[in-house]
Amino acid sequence: MSETKFEPKIIAFLCNWCTYAGADLAGTGRKQYQANVRIIKLPCTGGIDPLFLIKAFERGADGILVSGCHPGDCHYNSGNYHARRRWNVFRPLLEFCGINPDRIQFSWISAAEGGKWVETINSIVDTVRALGPFEGYHKLNTIGPEISGEAAAPSETG
Amino acid sequence: MSKKIGVFVCHCGTNISATVDVEKVAEEAKKNNPGVSYTTTYKYMCSDPGQKLLRDKIKEEGLDGVVVAACSPKMHEHTFRNASKKAGMNPYHVEISNLREQCSWVHPDKPTGTEKSIDLVRMMTEKTRKDKSLNPIKVPVTKRALVIGGGIAGIQAALDIADAGHEVVMVEREASIGGHMAQLSETFPTLDCSQCIMTPKMVELAQNENIKLYTWSEIEAVDGYLGNFDVKIRKKARSVDLDLCTGCSSCWQVCPSKKIKSEFDMKLGNRTAIYIPFPQAIPSKPVIDREHCLLFKDARKKNIPPNDSKVCRKCLDVCPIAPVKAIDYSQEDEIITEKIGAIVVATGYKELDDTSMYGEYGGGKYQDVITGLQFERLASASGPTEGEIQRPSDGKVPEIIVFIQCVGSRDPAKGCSYCSKTCCMYTAKHTMLYKHKVHDGHAYVFYIDIRCAGKDYEEFWLRAVEEEGATYLRGRVSRIYKKGDKLVVLGADTLTGSVVEIEADMVVLASAMKAQDDAEKFAQKLSIQYNKDKFFSEIHPKLKPVESSSAGIFLAGTCQGPKDIPETVAQAGAAASKVLALLSADELEREPVVAKVDRLPAPIFSTCIGCFYCKRVCPYGAIAEEDIKARDGSVIKTVARVNEGLCQGCGLCAATCRSKSVELAGFNDEQVYAEINSVEFS
Repeated sequence: MSETKFEPKIIAFLCNWCTYAGADLAGTGRKQYQANVRIIKLPCTGGIDPLFLIKAFERGADGILVSGCHPGDCHYNSGNYHARRRWNVFRPLLEFCGINPDRIQFSWISAAEGGKWVETINSIVDTVRALGPFEGYHKLNTIGPEISGEAAAPSETG
Repeated sequence: MSKKIGVFVCHCGTNISATVDVEKVAEEAKKNNPGVSYTTTYKYMCSDPGQKLLRDKIKEEGLDGVVVAACSPKMHEHTFRNASKKAGMNPYHVEISNLREQCSWVHPDKPTGTEKSIDLVRMMTEKTRKDKSLNPIKVPVTKRALVIGGGIAGIQAALDIADAGHEVVMVEREASIGGHMAQLSETFPTLDCSQCIMTPKMVELAQNENIKLYTWSEIEAVDGYLGNFDVKIRKKARSVDLDLCTGCSSCWQVCPSKKIKSEFDMKLGNRTAIYIPFPQAIPSKPVIDREHCLLFKDARKKNIPPNDSKVCRKCLDVCPIAPVKAIDYSQEDEIITEKIGAIVVATGYKELDDTSMYGEYGGGKYQDVITGLQFERLASASGPTEGEIQRPSDGKVPEIIVFIQCVGSRDPAKGCSYCSKTCCMYTAKHTMLYKHKVHDGHAYVFYIDIRCAGKDYEEFWLRAVEEEGATYLRGRVSRIYKKGDKLVVLGADTLTGSVVEIEADMVVLASAMKAQDDAEKFAQKLSIQYNKDKFFSEIHPKLKPVESSSAGIFLAGTCQGPKDIPETVAQAGAAASKVLALLSADELEREPVVAKVDRLPAPIFSTCIGCFYCKRVCPYGAIAEEDIKARDGSVIKTVARVNEGLCQGCGLCAATCRSKSVELAGFNDEQVYAEINSVEFS
């Protein structure tokens, strides 16, 4: 555990066709951004099970990004619309559970938007750094069912 | 399932090694990871010796999983999978850690880059551990093509495919093939007669033994997938038996309904109720327009079968075919199913004919304000005036004619922001045709910009101005109003900054190319994408310009966006060559990234509960309902099954499934969780 400075870890769930390629483009353009992000590539944002996101939080991620193709540009016609709907239901649920919704962002980044990828990553890293570490699950593990602060995390054990 | 995984870290020259300590990454990959049995680094993994290293180590070390930590998987995933395949390993046990585009190139600080790289390699190692052997899916190919639309794009594509020896089914919804090109008078930039180059191609198509032509027919439904489409074609009731009819013309000569506006002549000429659209029509056999035919009108009014109506049977009486007449009033629509391997969509465009939104130009009320295609018909030797330029209201030869460009194009205020691309050139052509026919007449053109990018196009336009003396005025027209038998055109000349008022005899609007009215519905039938203007979308604007978003369906001509004839023909040829490449194989190989619904031994059979939410979200209609039956034939339960041929591997079904019965190969839940779990959180 580093006592000096908190560096958040962000897990990014990206679609293969737009945002993953956009992140590649940022690299090709040598655009620098903060190294706090770990990317998990899936074919489509529509194929992202909300449980993946919960799992990431459970494992200790401080923030999550879900990013795919712009509306109308989905490689699979309508996958990103399904992702957006799922997100619209999932976000209030997280909020209800006491997780600050700023910890999880949803964005559209195309294969041509390397710059937008950099801005998005820097912005979520800064936001989450300001929020501090996400300790919801850790606290549940150590202090049991007592919930404090923003740590009202969903519990698999009930 | 313990695996022996090899980790190969690439230096990429210094592209990776300059900002990532590759040796440390390789070392860490082995640490605390009993599955990793071999690690190395290499200068250029993608080079021939690099690939050889990979192949050799797979064999020597007996690896059954490989992580290559190098550039983006978009670059060389394929390369390394192929190399592994050659070494006898299932290629889907290879995963790529993206150390270059997503790490070394974006994080200049070496310790940071190294730390992230270690994480990235660990994530992929864990994913590899859960990789399953996958085999490419083999799909048989029906060696027949379908071409939808019989304009120049469809004709070109059909001829190219048929000439290469494959069967083609062509479906055209009008009574004749030919499309818009058959309507044109002359073509730019050569001024050769459109019909003179079009009609021989139409005849060639009709005579080609490999081509089966359905005119007066529409696509009802398209089922199936790449290589194996089932296409339902609605053969609309023509009321004429195409096999019996000889096209002798007796029937349409006696038809009493002679004042029906001809669609082919853009409503400037008339036709009969039983008619061929134009003299060179293919097939040269008539159709009865049931909406206007007296007999059908009468039958509808009295609600009796058309055969029982006695109002007018002139065409039947005069038909010389015996003993069975070629005219059959009782004919009904017929649905035909054709088996097809690949599809070319060449459904063309529609000219903006509803000028009612242009109230300032008379909103369609002034007879002498006509569209570009109407002018084509006036100038055409086969048109209603036999090529004489006469204005529709009184047949007078216009002495002053005004052309207005960009009507319905480049006009965001009217909801159409795109450029129709052909109007600059066809307006220049119109001024020339006009001057060639009315020598002392004068042509004015209002324009926004002149866009003549094309071989010999700029020169053509300059000829219109310099040799034929057309007056080009840069500016919009604000109003057209009637004054006596003249049309006063009020516009601006922005180059001189003055208001221009021209008393014209006729005005021609360079009306836009629009998508067909039913383009949206049609695209949904085929599951292809379209843009905001309802033109069908190619899958990549530069590198895949003729491929639609659905595998095996290709685009040609103006259904994809405005274009002129040379471009249309080129695109049709390209679509045909794509079709031919597809049809040249007996079997197609597809990436095995597809979804699968689990099957278990009796008595469970499958964890699928049969809610079919997956079916609702699938963009490809790839989910089928399968009955699991007992020996006596009774249905035990109905579960989902994925059609591998249709599935494109998006994973929507897997994420939607409530019972977690669907698995997406290559990206299954186990693999994703393994990746998430492997990230080191401090």
